[in-house]
Amino acid sequence: MSKISLIIQREYLIRVRKKSFLIMTIIGPILFAAIMILPAWLATRESTENKVMVLDRSGLFANKFQSSKSILFENVKGDEASQKQQVLEGEEHNLLLVIGEVSGQNLPDIRLFGQSNPPLEVISVVEKQINGELKKIRLKSSGIDPALVESINPDVEVRTSVLSEEGEKDGGSLAATIVGYGAGFLIYMFIFLYGSQIMMSVMEEKTSRVVEILVSSVKPFELMLGKIVGVALVGLTQFLLWVVLSFAVSTAAGKLFLDKSKIQTETQASVGKPDIETKAESKGMAMISELKNVDILKLSLCFVVYFLGGYLMYSALFAAVGSAVESQQEAQQFMMPVTIPIILSIVLAQFVIKDPHGSLAFWLSVFPLTSPVIMMVRVPFEPPVWQIILSMLMLVAGFLGTTWLAGKVFRVGILMYGKKVTWTEIAKWLKNG
Amino acid sequence: MTPSIETRNLTKQYGQHRALDNLSFSIPKGSVYGLLGPNGAGKTSLIRIINQITGPDSGEVFFEGQPLGPSHIARIGYLPEERGLYKKSKVGEQLLYFARLKGLSQEEALARTKDWFIRLDIKEWWNKNVEELSKGMAQKVQFIASVIHNPEFIILDEPFSGFDPVNSNIIRDEILRLHSEGATILFSTHRMDTVEELCSHILLLDKSKMVLEGPVKQVRDEFKTHLFVAVTKAPIDFEKFPWEPNAECMNLEGQDGYKSSFRIPETRQSNELVFDLIQAADLVSFAEELPSFHDIFVQVVGKNNLAL
Repeated sequence: MSKISLIIQREYLIRVRKKSFLIMTIIGPILFAAIMILPAWLATRESTENKVMVLDRSGLFANKFQSSKSILFENVKGDEASQKQQVLEGEEHNLLLVIGEVSGQNLPDIRLFGQSNPPLEVISVVEKQINGELKKIRLKSSGIDPALVESINPDVEVRTSVLSEEGEKDGGSLAATIVGYGAGFLIYMFIFLYGSQIMMSVMEEKTSRVVEILVSSVKPFELMLGKIVGVALVGLTQFLLWVVLSFAVSTAAGKLFLDKSKIQTETQASVGKPDIETKAESKGMAMISELKNVDILKLSLCFVVYFLGGYLMYSALFAAVGSAVESQQEAQQFMMPVTIPIILSIVLAQFVIKDPHGSLAFWLSVFPLTSPVIMMVRVPFEPPVWQIILSMLMLVAGFLGTTWLAGKVFRVGILMYGKKVTWTEIAKWLKNG
Repeated sequence: MTPSIETRNLTKQYGQHRALDNLSFSIPKGSVYGLLGPNGAGKTSLIRIINQITGPDSGEVFFEGQPLGPSHIARIGYLPEERGLYKKSKVGEQLLYFARLKGLSQEEALARTKDWFIRLDIKEWWNKNVEELSKGMAQKVQFIASVIHNPEFIILDEPFSGFDPVNSNIIRDEILRLHSEGATILFSTHRMDTVEELCSHILLLDKSKMVLEGPVKQVRDEFKTHLFVAVTKAPIDFEKFPWEPNAECMNLEGQDGYKSSFRIPETRQSNELVFDLIQAADLVSFAEELPSFHDIFVQVVGKNNLAL
């Protein structure tokens, strides 16, 4: 036992002391924060200003255009040719909007001139504003008060609730999807990153023949277990550091960004905000409130179980692969069958999310090689408790089974040199071991 | 005295291949035991069983009279032929780790490691990564790793390969020192000069079987050719000499004089030849030509191969 702890200690320390660990630990949260903040920052960033000169022949739209941060409307008079000349000689962002006459139900002829193709954003804003104005004019001519139409325009939103013995509570399918997929993806990434580290480290010991000294002191199985646990602790350490640092960085960056956006909203409010933006904002608010409805304790508990279980199971398999081969190229061949179930589970996760209680979801979340990712995706959708328990029991059984098999391969493989290993060979080890 | 290691009917099978076939021998305590044999004879298989890396399919191994078990691991030291150290780890740390894996406490491991660094005069290597060391330097570190826990039984697989003559001597002296302090040593080697110089006993394996075993002197006696070489100041007149010399070695002129060799029949004594030689010419030297282990090895293994 004390020998295993020695191995764990060494495997842990050599990794944690590496520069790459430090770099990853620092870069991870920054990257994470960047992913969270960047889109928001991009949205608030000053974008290039388009100046649109409006030449309105109909006389209906002048002064009706609302300028925004990125588009400035300016009424001009005079003949088209001289205005065009001005566009041609002026700055690149200058555009000329020419609106033709309006007669009866006919739509006006509208053209936008520029030195190059005008941005789509400008086109859609112009279209929207003209449509809105025309709608008002038509409503008026039909004798309807536009304000009345505005007041009877419905804007519904479906809220979900989950019924259970303890009563009902607010649901959150969107939040569940995001949280589930996020958790599943984290497990997937962790298994890959650290599982392959185990494989590399076993291969290193085998090809450098250090293993000859090691196995004369410890049992191969102890060596394998020590490695797996040691690397798992490294992963957990990194993960914890990431959580703490990400939280710190996001809070700091968030504060900085939120202050800015407050000013932004204020300025925008004075200019007059298009209603789409308010809607998007309310959706975002809804999601944040939905997030609060996810059962954090249950989720965290499941995450730890599937995170560790999945990792331990796969890393035993990775260790077995590492012990059987002598080069990277050889490793590729044997890694395939090990990686297929894990890749498959992340690919199938999207179907599981669409139908989180279907039979595909059930079977994949019970099968140990896919359950870590799939069950994590399902947990926010609150699958029956017996399914979670069954899945966890299967995971433990799967872990014991794969470790036992991997141990057999490891014991023989680690001391096998100069021989290209085949599947039949490995089958023989399993039989004779 | 209880032998250090004793095996009874040891057999190991790898699939179709029988690696060890019914081996029974004992390694006396305090001996330097040479394990010889061509490649693939089963030396590594035997060493791995003694190290408990693998187990025998049938037969038994005893360590100091007890059935070999996990408690003996800390009392055995092993220098593998395929040398290996963690390339990216520091020398000192690595040795501490290996020592602790053998069951030493942290303090003891540290004291022993420091002791070895002083003894081999490599103090400045402590914080070096192994990849910065030359091959010979790494070999020294590896040697320390295998004996750091002061084992009673030391297995050395080709201990001198990769060493220059100076370092080779340093390591040989260390081996002899450990031996004089009571350790039993099992040498696995192809180098017959090492066997002649160091070993007290040998075991020759060929094709998974034991073909020769016993004290070096006894083995040599078994292969005696009864050939004697005499060097005389003046050539011997063989027309008149009562002994028949070997055709290839008749008054060969050398630095010291003229060399001739004779095979003495079992019915006669070497002294009789000496008596006749003294009368024929001034005798400079007279010695029995003992078979070298190289010759014995080639003879036994060669015969074994021809027979199959």
